[in-house]
Amino acid sequence: METAEKTLDEILTLAAAHFKVPRASLSPDEDFFKALGIDSLQTLDLLTKLENHFRVELPDYELQGVTDFRTLAAKIQARL
Amino acid sequence: MSALSVKQFTGRALSWRVQGGVIELALHRDPCNELGSLSLKELEQFAAALGDLEKEAHALILYSELKPGFCAGADLRELYEQSQTMEKAQAARGVRDFLERIHRVLNRIDAAPLTTIAAVHGVTFGGGFELALVCDLIIADKMARFCFPELRLGLIPGFGGIPRLKRDLGNAVVRDLLLTGRSFNATKAQQIGLVSQVVAEGEALRAARATAIQIGKFDRETAIAAKQFIKPIPYDELRKEIDIFCELFSQPAVQAGLKKFVESTDAQPYLP
Repeated sequence: METAEKTLDEILTLAAAHFKVPRASLSPDEDFFKALGIDSLQTLDLLTKLENHFRVELPDYELQGVTDFRTLAAKIQARL
Repeated sequence: MSALSVKQFTGRALSWRVQGGVIELALHRDPCNELGSLSLKELEQFAAALGDLEKEAHALILYSELKPGFCAGADLRELYEQSQTMEKAQAARGVRDFLERIHRVLNRIDAAPLTTIAAVHGVTFGGGFELALVCDLIIADKMARFCFPELRLGLIPGFGGIPRLKRDLGNAVVRDLLLTGRSFNATKAQQIGLVSQVVAEGEALRAARATAIQIGKFDRETAIAAKQFIKPIPYDELRKEIDIFCELFSQPAVQAGLKKFVESTDAQPYLP
């Protein structure tokens, strides 16, 4: 079982690598749409990356309204 | 029309060519191959050419040349804009005509005496998902994502999605995909029996070509007989789907849903 902090760290690392932004520029409570500069199609890319990485299913409706990495990590953690 | 011959065509929304007994139909209309009047016109040209193409091919591969994905579905922006400029009855007739035409094309590809493969990546939503479902096999790269979001608009899928899903999958799975409108990835799609192969990012077309070569080793008449035996076309349900779609389209909720989608700046505009 991964810890919540480890899950959060892995999300930040994965998002930084996929969208080619410096890992250090991302912080847990930041709005990831703004931080990553992503549109709706790229949001789906991020969702798929996370599902593949953590081997979980994340129904879109559970993520509606989620905008920061920390809450996203909590949603994933609940399915690990 | 950019160029038309039996063997090769380059249009504004799609292109095709035949090589080594394999027809490759490439989608390339920005931003993500939305299926509107232009795409339909060129798909009809493809369907008209298919009879000649089939004489020198054993397989057909459908794929997208665009990075965001295979196809984001019907061109909702065009649908909304056209419905704004027409009387209600005229708009309803236009929708029925569009559905009848696209069903003719998709039924033709569905029944083609070829082994057909959809090589998908990224967004494979709504009408794009329905286009993939027409094919005998779906090969997906691991970033592919599938969804039937139509209920958000007060509609059901209109390009044959439900009857073809029912043909391939259990009813409980169909209900889940349809009634929740959630999107799901290629791994899940393979688990439920929808996708035959999941490959690395960017590898779907290569895998589809390798599969097409394998298919070419079999006797073609035998392959056609096997396909006709195992893959019936659900014509009655496809007709019923058009009727239900058109009935729902006349409801006020649809115009409101289309307007909301077209004007949305939300990161998940496909969700209600």
